[in-house]
Formats: sequence, structure tokens, C-alpha cells
Amino acid sequence: MKVTEKSRAFYDVFERKGGPAKQATHYCPGCGHGNIHKMIAEALSDLGVAGRTVLVSPVGCSVFAYYYFDVGNYQAAHGRAPAVATGVKRANPEAIVISYQGDGDLAAIGTAETIHAANRGENISVFFVNNAIYGMTGGQMAPTTLIQQKTTTSPLGRMETVHGNPIRMCELLATLPAPSYIERVAIGEAKHTQKARKAIHKALRNQMEGRGYSFVEILAPCPTGWKMEPPDARAWMLTEMTKVFPLGVFKDEGDVREGQWHRQTAPFDPERVSQYLGASDRQDKAAGEAVKLAADLNCKFAGFGGQGILSLGLFLAQVGMRAGLQVSWIPSYGPEMRGGTANCQVNVSAKRIGTPIVERPNVLVVMNQPSLDAFAGSVVDGGLLIVDTSIVQKAVGHTKARLVKLPATEMADEVGSPRVANVVVLGALCAAVGAFPPALVEQTLREVIKKRNLVDMNLQAFHKGHAWVTEGRGA
Amino acid sequence: MDKTIPACEPYIEINVELCKGCKLCISICPKDVISISEKLNASSYHPAQYAGQGCTGCALCFYACPEPSAIRVVKP
Repeated sequence: MKVTEKSRAFYDVFERKGGPAKQATHYCPGCGHGNIHKMIAEALSDLGVAGRTVLVSPVGCSVFAYYYFDVGNYQAAHGRAPAVATGVKRANPEAIVISYQGDGDLAAIGTAETIHAANRGENISVFFVNNAIYGMTGGQMAPTTLIQQKTTTSPLGRMETVHGNPIRMCELLATLPAPSYIERVAIGEAKHTQKARKAIHKALRNQMEGRGYSFVEILAPCPTGWKMEPPDARAWMLTEMTKVFPLGVFKDEGDVREGQWHRQTAPFDPERVSQYLGASDRQDKAAGEAVKLAADLNCKFAGFGGQGILSLGLFLAQVGMRAGLQVSWIPSYGPEMRGGTANCQVNVSAKRIGTPIVERPNVLVVMNQPSLDAFAGSVVDGGLLIVDTSIVQKAVGHTKARLVKLPATEMADEVGSPRVANVVVLGALCAAVGAFPPALVEQTLREVIKKRNLVDMNLQAFHKGHAWVTEGRGA
Repeated sequence: MDKTIPACEPYIEINVELCKGCKLCISICPKDVISISEKLNASSYHPAQYAGQGCTGCALCFYACPEPSAIRVVKP
């Protein structure tokens, strides 16, 4: 008995998608993505590689491909899927890495990444879904839109002299020496489907055999964007799109390559990365004893740009690293170098850190009023809330957090410059948390502050903040 | 499933709740044994339905259907 049904490379239930129909996709009726997903899943299953596959989703309608494929998944920034795929493949040469992209993603914003990944002959499989329109954003003209095709941004039809011609990616990439295999297929009638399935299969097999870069362009319909009934859309695609985008093999050197395109990259060694980052073999040398945290620190520091908010985060992360702990630091700031809003999120933990995002901090530092208003409610009960009362003039409302108030900016001014207010706060924070020996923090500041003449001022600022809390003046 | 189908004949199963009524299976079926139901499903689409006999198990409808789980083809 032969049963043709959903591939096991798909999740049984699309839990990430949510909503009532958890076994249906989010795609419109008649969309080509679903068909192509099915072909890829089938090939992964047939080749037995789903367990070691990493699929990189693009931006576009297929941004949610990770809802469906039961493989490793990344979702890349717009157009950057081949760059992400390059990194994944080089760090994990045994992984089967797929870059799945639409025409807006691959042939517009991601043209550079596409061409250079192809030019390097990365041993990845790129599946390029060309439906000649920007579907997700509502049917705008894409680089692949046909001449005279009407879209919301080419209401009179695409004009060669105004908009340029549709870009033929297969033909363009086939001029490069490095790619191994380039083919354009379509979905539609039975014969097209057969060829598309074979091409996808081949692109994956090439990668398994180390033959280098494979690129399969799949013409697909967008009934919603094209404003057509699904069967009409498939017919239009096969008659009109294939005139501009002829089907066929543009390059196939797979058989003569024999696997030399496996990258000889050094195996990923976390210890070497630690050495590069200066985090290796430094465990608490200054303090001479291992630092034990009572609980992980999940910190958010917020204020104006220019107050040293991001540096405060970096300093704490550096202290944590030198204490032999795991740390993460991510900044969030506006385009202004001064005066905009800035915040950063820092984790310090004895265990490996899963996510750098801190939504519910147990340490919140606010150095201006808007930050207090925005984030005070997010602190966990019993967490630590440090407020620079030089800047935050209004009283802090009801809070279940442990409140530490200090006029950090004025205190900083007293030691020489208001710009070391962040280090005053670091002192208060370290004293309030009680985990980091002052000698360790001193050592850290000496190492990370680049302007040598400012080290002493920073050390004074640190001790001033530290003493403020140990002397019980912060309550 | 219609119990009158002999066990030795191929057939398709359509999950009406997952069907979005795009009619691609209907337009590709070489035997014209799929049609659109007059009933609406919970997502307010008119789903495809199988005539109950005549399927050859060619699975063209499976590959024409964009949904992973809406059609299952059984060929004994």
C-alpha cells in the first residue's frame, strides 16, 4: 500500500502558529509556498537528513516557515538569509543548511548577500520562490515583476524605462564560476511538479556530497497579490512568467566536483572564542575566590543617551566575566549619540544564558524620568530598583521592589565629572547585590577604561556609590 | 469515508477543516472526481470533496494542494 501524505519533516501540529486551525498553514488559498514547503519536507524526509537540517527563513510571507518544519530554524533579517546560512554551515559543516527566500528578499534587499554567497560557492542549498510580487506587504512591484504587470506600486504596469527590467537571478548567478547547480523550475502541472521535486532533491543531495552552492528558483503563483483565482494564477504563471523566466538548468557541475567544496574550517571551540574575548582563564583572579551569586542577575539599565547607560552594562558584564560567570549584554538605543533614549539588558548567571532579553528585570537602574515611568512596573517583586535622584525628581510610586535612591550625577560631579554617574551607580549596584568584591571591580575598571587618566576618577566614583549603600544612605 | 468504496481501490481523504477551497486539486485531477462542497467549513471556505469513486491514486492532487495535511492519498 502506498500512502501519500504529510511529510514527517513537518511538525504534527503547528503549535507556534496558534489560532484555531493548527494544522493549516498561514498562507492564502492557492499560494505556492505551501506546495514548495511540501516538496522540501518530502526531500528532507526521503534523504533522511531532517534531523540535521537548519532552515533559514527570510522576511516575506515565508517568514514563518519555522512554524512548520520540524528542523533547526533561524529567521534572518531581510535579505540576509544566505549570510546567516553561511555562518551556520561553516560552524556546523555536517548540518544541511537551507536558505529559503522570496523574490523581494533574495533579489532586492538581499542581492548582495545572494551574489556573494554564490560567488564563494558556499555549500548550501538556496530555494528561491519567485512570484513576481511583494506578497506580504500587499502586492507591490518586486524586482521580478514582469513588464506591464500591474501592482499597487506600478498601477500603470511596470515600465522598462521607469522601473527597469525583471531581474533573472538564475542567469545572473550562472555567470559566476563557483556555483555548482542552478536550475529554474515551476509548480503547476504534473510535469512541472515532478521537475521541481527532482531539483529540490538534487540541491540537497549536492550539499550532502559537498558539491557546493546549489540554487533552485521556483516560479510560484501569488493569487492574492495578482488578484486572480488560484487555478487562473497557475495558468498565468506558466504562460506569462515562463516567457521572461524560462525553465531549465543553467549550470550543473555537480557531477565533476566530487565534494571538494566542503569547507575546511576549524572546529568551533568555545575556549578559543573566550580567549579572543579576553574572558578565558581569568576567573576571579583579583578577588582570589570564586564569586557565588545568590540568584541570577537579570538587569535593565535605562536613561538618556550619553549618561553611560550602555557602558554601565558593559562594566557589569566585564565584572561578571572576570568572576567566572556567564554574561550577556545587549544595547537598545536611538540613532542620536546624545540625548536620545538608551537602555541595555544584562544577564549575569552561574549557568549558560538562554536568552539575552530581559523583560522582567530583578535589577533595574533608571537614570531619567521616562525610564522610571516605562520600566518601574516590570521589576519583579523583591527586585532591586536603583534611581538616580539627581535626574529623577518625582517621587517613586508604590513599588514592591527594594528601592535604592542616590543622587548619582551630583556624586559624580563631586569626584570630577557628571559623566561618571554610571560608575557611581555601578558601586551602588555592587554593594546592593553584595556579590562582587570591590577589588574585582577595581581590577575590571582598570582593564576596561581606555583613557588611563580617567581611571582614578572612576575608581573614586565606584567607591562613593558603594559606600552610599553600605552606609545605609540609599533607603 | 464512504463505506461503499471497495478496499482494493485507491482513494483520497480530504480534511475539510484544513481545505481553503482553492480548487487546485479539482483543476489537476485527471479523473474529475473532486468537486467543491456546498457546505462551509469552520474557516468559511467551501472545501473540496471526493466523489467517492474513480480515484487512481496518482497523487497529483496531493502535490497541487498547498496545504500539508488537507489531502491524503491511499493506493492499496
